[in-house]
Amino acid sequence: MSFFDAVFYLFATITLFAGTGVIVARNPVHAALFLVLAFCSAAGIWMLLEAEFLAIALVLVYVGAVMVLFLFVVMMLDINLVQLKEGFWRWFPFGAVIAGLMVFEMVWVLGSRQTAEVSKAVVHAANYSNTKELGRLLYTQYVYPFELAAVILLVAMVAAIALTLRRRTGVKTQQVSEQVKVRKADRLRIVKMPSEPRADGK
Amino acid sequence: MMEWLEPIQKMLGSAWLPIWTVLKIVAIVLPLMGAVAYLTLAERKVIGWMQIRIGPNRVGYFGLLQPLADGLKLLMKEIIVPSGANKFLFIIAPILTLMPALAVWAVIPFNAELVVANVNAGLLYVLAMASLGVYGVIIAGWASNSKYAFLGSLRSAAQIVSYEIAMGFALVTVLMAAQSLNLGDIVRGQQGAHGLLNWYFIPLFPMFVVYFISGVAETNRAPFDVAEGESEIVAGFHVEYSGMAFALFFLGEYANMILVSFLTSIMFLGGWLSPVPFLPDSILWMFIKVAFVLFLFLWFRATFPRYRYDQLMRLGWKVFIPVSLIWVVVVGAWMQTSYWLW
Repeated sequence: MSFFDAVFYLFATITLFAGTGVIVARNPVHAALFLVLAFCSAAGIWMLLEAEFLAIALVLVYVGAVMVLFLFVVMMLDINLVQLKEGFWRWFPFGAVIAGLMVFEMVWVLGSRQTAEVSKAVVHAANYSNTKELGRLLYTQYVYPFELAAVILLVAMVAAIALTLRRRTGVKTQQVSEQVKVRKADRLRIVKMPSEPRADGK
Repeated sequence: MMEWLEPIQKMLGSAWLPIWTVLKIVAIVLPLMGAVAYLTLAERKVIGWMQIRIGPNRVGYFGLLQPLADGLKLLMKEIIVPSGANKFLFIIAPILTLMPALAVWAVIPFNAELVVANVNAGLLYVLAMASLGVYGVIIAGWASNSKYAFLGSLRSAAQIVSYEIAMGFALVTVLMAAQSLNLGDIVRGQQGAHGLLNWYFIPLFPMFVVYFISGVAETNRAPFDVAEGESEIVAGFHVEYSGMAFALFFLGEYANMILVSFLTSIMFLGGWLSPVPFLPDSILWMFIKVAFVLFLFLWFRATFPRYRYDQLMRLGWKVFIPVSLIWVVVVGAWMQTSYWLW
């Protein structure tokens, strides 16, 4: 086993361990942190495939932003674990069948000889930049699908804001522009008063 | 330049590379820890002078041994774990703050040759590692099982996530100008016949300001230190920490300050390049620029009152993000014309 394989198996073991942790952890915050670990080790595996842009984007987007907001919400929730565990054995056979099906599909696709030939990782020269290649492809060959996806995401974002935005009347809010525009003369009146002469006449 | 090392290299064989890398890491981390220690002294001295005080002056000449005394004191103190705290996460949180702050140094070039890992996606790596720093704060706040700590961590999480966007766009303009994600190439892209006129802070000036202010916000420094907010939530996320665990948070914060200063120097101020054409490029220029940017950090702290939380969010979302979005388009259009001189 080469060093490369050893690193792969190390990352793979951590990913599987973390994935198991996500579903067995009793505390939802622990589960979320296990998911972070799973993302990080998955990023490590992608890095081994010389897909450094995907690996770093995974850490940047999922670990650095999505999971932070996830944790943010999970930490503030008071989750009743007993309620969550209810009906576990009732739904267990159903879940087991789906899991088995997914494993079967994965083995079928990845284990067959034809796909093994195709999916062999290409080894590139040292100065190969995965980021540059991806950028070039996305903005030339796939520019329309790419822009379309971006517009759909934008629409989804606007829609999410529009759905949750409610205008309430009678709320006291600060008008920042008005606050900034305020000058000294608007708030303060300086009154000049002559000083009283001292009683002893000095 | 490293010929004298060759016999050792032959003797060790394949074990050479890991050993050499560890040596390089030690050669960065140890001086960094020293720099952090003396940055705390510099901070107290500079703020002292700005407020017409003397600052620390009792331990050693001019207080030069003060950081060592402080470090020793923190080492000797007991680490108290609150009874309701989540012990494992409570201990691991300060480590999670320090770890990303140190990991970024792998790709920081000190001059044309001195860099641990000369990777192509250096800028992305920096951004990803910087975004991991928030976990230490969130976990510390949650694991302490204290309301003040929790409030501090929630504030910090929201703040860091918001400022990261503007920061990311600032880096996008830099990578557009340099046409590379490699930090060394970014500095080389600022090389030219006119010294400091070739640096990116001129065409990317709004981004330079946005990046630096976001950097101050990311490191939770005044005036953006709502995560700590002594006067509002006691000390925020690290209120329950004591001894060395508390010191690790500070090491992380100051290491991050130095890091942001290095990145600002590399991306906007020409890194190791000389500001005037008749002087040679040298690592000294890098340190001078970093010291200047660090001085700005301290100056800010001595000058500005803390932002109110809503003002801070407004600045991040309604000022910085629109400005950076517009400047990305401006730079993109500018680069297509013949007026792009960089």
